[in-house]
Amino acid sequence: MTAVMGSPRLRKEDPALLTGENKFVDDIQAVGQLWMGMVRSPFAHAKVNGINAEPAKSMPGVYAVYTGAELMDMGLWAAPLPCAWPVTPDMVNPPHYPVATDEVHHVGEIVAVVLADSRYEAADAVEKVEVDYAELPAVGSVEAALTDAATAHSDHATNKAFTWALEPNPDGVNDAFANAAHTVTGEFLQQRLIPAAMEPRGVLAIPSPHGGDITMYTSTQVPHILKVMMAATTGISEAKIRIIAPAVGGGFGAKLNVNPDESLALTLANKLGRPVRWTETRTEAAFSTHQGRGQRQKIEVAADADGKLLGVRVHLDADMGAYMMLITPGVPLLGSFLYTGVYDVPAFGFTCDGWFTNLTPTDAYRGAGRPEASYAIERAMDMLAQKVGITPEEVRRRNYLGGGDAFENLDVASTLTFDSGHYGPNLDMALNMAKIADLRAEQQRRRDAGESKQLGIGLCTYVEICGLAPSRALAGLAYGAGGWEAGTVRMLPTGKVEVVTGSTPHGQGHETSWSMIVADKLGVDPDDVEVLHSDTAISPLGLDTYGSRSLAVGGVAISMACDKVIDKARLIAAHQLEANPDDLEFESGRFGVKGSPDKGLLIQEVAYGAFTAHNLPDGMEPNINEQMVFDPPNFAFPFGTHVAVVEVDENTGETTLLDYIAVDDCGNQVNPLIVEGQVHGGIVQGVAQALFEGAEYDEDGQCKNPSFLDYLVPSAMEVPSIKTDYTYTPSTSNPMGVKGVGEAGTIGSAAAVINGICDALSPYGVSDIEMPASPMRVWKTIQDAKAGA
Amino acid sequence: MIPSKFDYVAVDSAEAAIAALTEHGDEAKLMAGGHSLIPLMKFRLANPTVVVDIGKVQDLSYINDGGDHIAIGALTRHMAVETSDLLKAEVPLLAHCASQVGDPSVRHRGTIGGSLAHSDAASDLPAALLALNGSVVAKGPSGERVIAADDLFAGFLENSLADDEMITEVRVPKMAGAGWSYQKFNRRAQDWAIVGVAAVLNGSAGVGLVNMSSMPMRASAVEEALAGGASHADAAQKAADGGTPPEDLNGDAEYRTHLAKVLVERALTEAASRKS
Repeated sequence: MTAVMGSPRLRKEDPALLTGENKFVDDIQAVGQLWMGMVRSPFAHAKVNGINAEPAKSMPGVYAVYTGAELMDMGLWAAPLPCAWPVTPDMVNPPHYPVATDEVHHVGEIVAVVLADSRYEAADAVEKVEVDYAELPAVGSVEAALTDAATAHSDHATNKAFTWALEPNPDGVNDAFANAAHTVTGEFLQQRLIPAAMEPRGVLAIPSPHGGDITMYTSTQVPHILKVMMAATTGISEAKIRIIAPAVGGGFGAKLNVNPDESLALTLANKLGRPVRWTETRTEAAFSTHQGRGQRQKIEVAADADGKLLGVRVHLDADMGAYMMLITPGVPLLGSFLYTGVYDVPAFGFTCDGWFTNLTPTDAYRGAGRPEASYAIERAMDMLAQKVGITPEEVRRRNYLGGGDAFENLDVASTLTFDSGHYGPNLDMALNMAKIADLRAEQQRRRDAGESKQLGIGLCTYVEICGLAPSRALAGLAYGAGGWEAGTVRMLPTGKVEVVTGSTPHGQGHETSWSMIVADKLGVDPDDVEVLHSDTAISPLGLDTYGSRSLAVGGVAISMACDKVIDKARLIAAHQLEANPDDLEFESGRFGVKGSPDKGLLIQEVAYGAFTAHNLPDGMEPNINEQMVFDPPNFAFPFGTHVAVVEVDENTGETTLLDYIAVDDCGNQVNPLIVEGQVHGGIVQGVAQALFEGAEYDEDGQCKNPSFLDYLVPSAMEVPSIKTDYTYTPSTSNPMGVKGVGEAGTIGSAAAVINGICDALSPYGVSDIEMPASPMRVWKTIQDAKAGA
Repeated sequence: MIPSKFDYVAVDSAEAAIAALTEHGDEAKLMAGGHSLIPLMKFRLANPTVVVDIGKVQDLSYINDGGDHIAIGALTRHMAVETSDLLKAEVPLLAHCASQVGDPSVRHRGTIGGSLAHSDAASDLPAALLALNGSVVAKGPSGERVIAADDLFAGFLENSLADDEMITEVRVPKMAGAGWSYQKFNRRAQDWAIVGVAAVLNGSAGVGLVNMSSMPMRASAVEEALAGGASHADAAQKAADGGTPPEDLNGDAEYRTHLAKVLVERALTEAASRKS
C-alpha cells in the first residue's frame, strides 16, 4: 500500500457538501415547530420602561409573545449565560441573561421573543411589539470606556472589568529600557471584526415531553461544551440534553459560544413541549453573534545598538463589549505569551485592562489574541529595523530564538516552553521564493523614477500557540475546563473501522484526516474508516474545536487509540496463531509471525474473531473498542514566514497585492491538501483585516456597516494566487509530531500586508497606517505626510 | 432579511405589465432581474404590496441593429450585453460596462432596463447611457415615448417614468471608431463603484459619472472644457463640478472629488488612445 500519511487526498466530505446532500440546521424540519422572532434593542444603552406586546399577539400565526420580564418569571434559567474564563478573582462580570429586562447594553440585545408558526409571521409580529425605551449615554468605543464619562452598565462606577498582568521580570524590563540604544513604540488598533461564516447560526430544539429529554440541533463548534453549560444554566439534567451539530458551514470562533438564542430555544421548547427554532439573519449576525479583536495595543521595544532585543513591554486596552461571554476576557491572554514572537527577548512584561462598552460582546475569532500579538511585535520589529538601519530580515535573524538554528523545548521570556522551532531555514526559503533581491531592485527603481505606483515588501515571521491545551496550564490561567480530547477506534465485525471523535468539525475535514491517521496505523483503506462526530449521544466525551486543537489533541487521541487497538489485536492474533505476542510483526494491516512468512492474520480477521469471541485468550473481553483521552503535556507552536508584495497607487491610495508567499511549519503533516486550504483561508482572513474589514461604530454605539453592502469580506478576486511551501519541524508535544494550522495564516498575514504598505510608503515619510488600510485612508495618510514634510 | 407580505403577479407581455401597473398604481413595483428590488424588500426598505414580475416576458430580450443605433430590449441580461458581438463592434463601451456589473450571478439575472429604471447613482449603466447620449423607450397605456438619458434620471433612486410606464427598449448610438473608456474604482470586484467614469470621444466628448451625486450625473463641466480646447488634465480638474458626492465609509466628499479628477483624466487618456 502506498503511504497514506502526508499524501494529498481529496476530502471525503466534499461530495455531500457540494451536492447539497448534507443537512444544515436550517434544512432540518420538525413537526409542530415554532419560529422564534427576536425583538431587539435598536439602542446601545437604554432603560426599558415598558413593552406592549398586545398588538403582536393578535397577528396571524402568532403562538405567544413573551417580554424579557415574563421570560424571567417563567423560571427558565438557573443562572446567567456563562463566562468560563474569569481571568482574575475580582473580574467584574455583570449577569447576562438571554433576555434583558430593565436595561439594554448593546444594539441587538433581546428584549422580547415572538413564537409563531412561520419565520415570516414571526418577523411581521416582531415589528408590532412596542417597546418604550429611554436612551442612556452610551460607551461607543474603548477610548470612551477609558474615560468613564459614561458607564456601559449604569450600576457600575467604572467600565474597567479587570487588570491582568504577566510580569515575570519587572526589574529586568526597566533595566532593558534604561540601557537601550534604541527604543521604538508602536500603538496599534485591532479593529473589531464581524465574523461571517458562510452558514449563519441557527438552532432547533426538539423536546420529547413524555421521555423527558430534549435534542438541540445547533450550528456550533462546541456541542459538548454547550451541553455542560446548558445543563448548568438551565437546571435541565445533563443526562437529558442531547446536542447535535449537523453540517456546520464554518465558525471561525464565532460558533464556540453559549448564545442567548440557543438557551431560549432549549428552555422554551422544554417548557412548551413544542419544537422551537430560529435562524439568524445576516443583519442579526452583525449584532447578536460575538465579534473578534477590539484591542488598543501599545508595544515598546528596547534594543542595543545592533538591534539585538533587550526587552519588550506591552499594554492592552481590550474591548469586552457589553458582557463577558464564554471566553471573552481570555482572548487577550491567549495572545499575551506571544508578544515576544520568535525572538530571544531577555525581559518581558505585559498588562491588559479589560473594558466594558455598549457594543456587541467580543470573543474568539480565528487566531483569538494571537493575530493581535503577532501584528504588534512584527510591526515593531520593522520599526526597529528602520531605526537601526538594517533590513527587516536582518533584524529578525539577529534575534531569532536559538539563533535561527533548530531547538526543542526551549524556555522563553513569556514563561512558556516552545516545543520546537527552526526559524532560519524557514525565513531563507520564503525570501528565496519571493526573489527578495529582485523585488528590492524594482522597488528602488520605482523610487528613483518617482513613479506613482510604489512597491512594498512586507515580512512577518510569526509563531503561534495552539493545540489547546494542557489541562494543568489552563488551570493556571483560571480557565474553567480542561483541554483533553477523546477518541475511540472500534473494529467492526466485517473489518471496517468506526472512529468516534470529540473534536467537532465545521469545515476542517476531520473525516478525511482521521481516516488517514487510522489507515496509516492499522493498514486499512481510508475508505473503510467511518468517522462519527458532533452528536453528544454518539460521541459523549469531547471538548470540541477551537484554538487549532483538533489534530494536535484530537487527532493524536485517535492515533493513540489505534495503538491500543493494535495491542489488543496482537494478543488475539498471537493466541490464534499459537505464537508469542512478541514474535508478531504488524505491518500493512497484517500480524505475521517472525520467521514464518506464511503464518499470519489480517487485522480484519482478528476483528471478526474478536466479535465472535469463539477463540479469545482467557479472560479477554470480546470486541475491539478502544478509547483514548489525550491531555497534551504542552501546547504546540507552529511558525512561519509570510511575505506580502504590495503595490500602492499614490494617486488613489489603492493597495494591490501583487504576490503573497507563505512558508509555514506545522510539524508533520497528515494531508498537505488540507494544510494548503487552511493556509489559504487563514491568509485571506488576515488580509481581510489588513485591507477590507472592520466594524465601524459611532459614538452612540451604532454600527455603521452591519451589512455586506458596507462590511467588505474579500472574495477570490481581491487575493492573488498564494505561493506556499513548508518546512517540517516536528512538535515534541505529541507522539505524532503535529502542530495546528487552522489559524496560522491569519496570524501571519495582517502584519505582512501592513508592513508591506508601510514599506511602500516610507519614501513619503509614512511610518504607520491603521487597519483596514482602505484606499481613502492610504491616500489621506500620504496627503498628511506630504503636508507635514 | 425577511420581506413583508406582498402579492405576486407574473405577466407575459409589456401590455399586461402596464395593465397591472394601471390597476395597482404606486402600490406596485415591476421586477425584472430582481437584483435591486429584492434586497430592498428583504431589508424592508421597499414594501410594495404587489410585485409584477416581468422576467417571463419573452419578446423584450434582444440586441438589434437599428441603423444608426443599437436597440436593446429592456429585459436583456447584462451577460447578453457583455458578450454581444454586435455591441462589442458598435458600442464597445456598453458591452464593457455590462461586464463590470456585480458578479457573474448578478449579470445572469440583472437586466439593462431594470438597472436604468432603478436610476441608482452608484450603478455602472446609467453613466454609460449618459456618456453615449443614449435613450430609452417608455411604454404606457397611451403609447410609447422616447426619453433621452439626460431626462431619464430624476433624483435619488428616482426616474422620470410615470407610475404606469415601463422601459421597453434601450437605444445607444453606434460609436465604432470612437474612443471610449470606463474607469471603475472599487475595493472589491463585485462592489458598486466608489467613483466611476464613462467617457466617449467621438468628435465631441461624452462623460458620465458614477456616485458623484445623488443621481447619475453628466460631467458637463468636463465636456464643456474639452469643447473649449482644454487638455485632458485641465478638463479633468472640473470632474466634480456641479456634483454632490455622497459620503460613506469608502469615501468622503474630499476623496470622491479627488478620485473623480484622477479617473476622468485616466478615462480621457485611455479613450484617446483607443480612438481610430
